[in-house]
Amino acid sequence: MSALLEIEDLRTHFFTSSGVVKAVNGISYDVQEGETVAIVGESGCGKSVSALSILGLIPSPPGRIVGGSIRFQSEDLLGLDDLQIRDIRGRQIGMIFQEPMTSLNPVLTIGLQLTETMEHHLGMDRADAEKKAVEYLRLVGISEPERRMRQYPHHLSGGMRQRVMIAMALCCEPKLIIADEPTTALDVTIQAQILELMKNLTKRMGVALIIITHNLGVVARYADRVNVMYAGKIIERGLAADIYREPRHPYTLGLLSSVPRLDQPRQQRLDPIDGQPPDLTRLGEGCSFLPRCKFSVEKCVSETPPLETIGDGHLSACWEQENLATARG
Amino acid sequence: MYKYTIKRILLMFPTLLGAAVLVFFMLRLIPGDVCELRMAGTGMYVDKEAIATCQQNLGINAPIYVQFIDFITGFFTFDLGNSMWTGKPILHEIGLRFELSLQVAIMATLTATIIAIPLGTISAIKQDTWIDYIVRSFSIAGIAMPSFWLGILIILGLLIMTQKFFGNPWMPPIHYTPIWEDPVANISQLIWPAVATGYRYSAVATRMTRSALLEVLREDYVRTARAKGLLEKLIINRHALKNSLLPVATIIGLEFAFLMGGLVVTEQVFNLNGLGKLFVESVTNHDYTMTQSLVMLVAVVFILTNLFIDILYAWLDPRIRYS
Ligand SMILES: Nc1ncnc2c1ncn2[C@@H]1O[C@H](COP(=O)(O)OP(=O)(O)OP(=O)(O)O)[C@@H](O)[C@H]1O
Ligand code: SF4
Ligand SMILES: [Mg+2]
Repeated sequence: MSALLEIEDLRTHFFTSSGVVKAVNGISYDVQEGETVAIVGESGCGKSVSALSILGLIPSPPGRIVGGSIRFQSEDLLGLDDLQIRDIRGRQIGMIFQEPMTSLNPVLTIGLQLTETMEHHLGMDRADAEKKAVEYLRLVGISEPERRMRQYPHHLSGGMRQRVMIAMALCCEPKLIIADEPTTALDVTIQAQILELMKNLTKRMGVALIIITHNLGVVARYADRVNVMYAGKIIERGLAADIYREPRHPYTLGLLSSVPRLDQPRQQRLDPIDGQPPDLTRLGEGCSFLPRCKFSVEKCVSETPPLETIGDGHLSACWEQENLATARG
Repeated sequence: MYKYTIKRILLMFPTLLGAAVLVFFMLRLIPGDVCELRMAGTGMYVDKEAIATCQQNLGINAPIYVQFIDFITGFFTFDLGNSMWTGKPILHEIGLRFELSLQVAIMATLTATIIAIPLGTISAIKQDTWIDYIVRSFSIAGIAMPSFWLGILIILGLLIMTQKFFGNPWMPPIHYTPIWEDPVANISQLIWPAVATGYRYSAVATRMTRSALLEVLREDYVRTARAKGLLEKLIINRHALKNSLLPVATIIGLEFAFLMGGLVVTEQVFNLNGLGKLFVESVTNHDYTMTQSLVMLVAVVFILTNLFIDILYAWLDPRIRYS
């Protein structure tokens, strides 16, 4: 059985005046039908860029996908023309963004922003789309949906707006939803509610979910599998439980030792590990985590560790991963 | 909204009073007055007494506060009095020209809007392509070229073209006909000054449309609209354009108010008897009453335009609620 989404060696670079930013530098992962996959990593490691690449939403210029393939239901998304990819967006793959305050159009009603997607993709007329939109608003837990339809985004709180975004992403019954830090901008108490809601709805509707976060706590609770990203690459992958219990990369270990918890005040940026992530314009040979790594050996300087299988569905890109297991165990 | 409008209209009064004080005293700072000018202007011996009688008749040797109170009460009771220069009622003199100036201002505004919004939009969508460069050159040319010069070019162009294609040269009518008397004659006279000024005025608005739209196109909600798979045309029309028109509306509105009194040279070129010409004449003639009335008229137009723009804002952007 082939996966719902298969990304292979994806490379997305930004050609800026200060050099080529290799934001996504050869990542491969897949998502099965109905599965929840997390992408975790520090700020600036390329999570959003990798997500936007799937839907062809990279601002160009300066960005460009320079290599790799993205297959969705066995169809190569990178080979599609503009109209074809627009048929996928919103219809087959929905997206939820980080900032509910700015992601909805302030001058259009909630109703219009919901119905336009259904009118466009499903060919519904206005009345049918409105009926459907009310249903979806109710589904995502918005009270008095009929009244909300006529309201503008500024009438709603951040959590409410994110619920609207979820309704918008779900309303064409897509196969996959990509949620890019859907709760980072929200209050802690709301965060859990929103995540719970997304988890329940996607499970119930059989929709696969890619959830992007820099919070490993979120991952443990809501994801089936996890991809840990560092400097434009995936450096560890595995079942959420495995990653949580037995991390096999020094970076993941660092992330875990400083997990921000849902019941603690929210953190804007996560900088759990000493040092700064590398400049993405000048990545050379060797392991990109080296300057911050406590486990480094000589080999790390000259040779880039490949992402290799180290256990059942568990992969790591570290020369020292075995010693890491023993060191921890 | 209703309450707000009333409040704004009430606020007009202090603003107008301020404008009145300014124009009243500034006019009187200019040395000389209308009587001296008229009598000395003939170049003959001037009888001091005749000047005094003239000043007496016009009331310009009365104490300054009396003159000011006269002016203010006159203005707020719509009794503007007579022109000091021609002696004819000011309302009549302004009335003759108001219609023409208003029509030119409206037509120029329409021309500018019709040029600016589509061109600015195309320019933003095709940013940094040759289309964008052409549009930007076209609008820079509009700013660089004085409208009166464009006016002369238009007249010459009309003469040459009609000569070439129809055998005999055609000129726009010289005399003003109100639009309801003869729309064709009226439009064929006023369209040219409207285009000449509208082009210049579109230049600023085009650039504003372009930059505002470019900014909006980088907004998160436009990315959301793209992520929903909507077509680019709908994204521009529905999601981007309305948001980017706010600053454009301001520019267009302010220009409109300016056009009502500021088209001095263009009126000259097209031989139009408009408010701009009247303005210049009344200032050179030291015609206090006329100048004051004209300034107040422009102030009223300005304030009303601003009010209109604010109401438009509330309509374009539901977040704006006046109270
Ligand atoms: N439009 C752009 N132009 C140039 N560089 C960009 C652009 N967008 C992203 N980048 C670069 O790509 C890199 C990855 O950015 P990305 O937004 O994917 O990070 P992220 O992992 O989502 O971080 P965060 O947690 O802050 O959202 C960053 O170094 C960023 O500077
Ligand atoms: S490869 Fe070396 S430097 Fe890189 S994470 Fe592993 S031990 Fe550290
Ligand atoms: Mg991001």
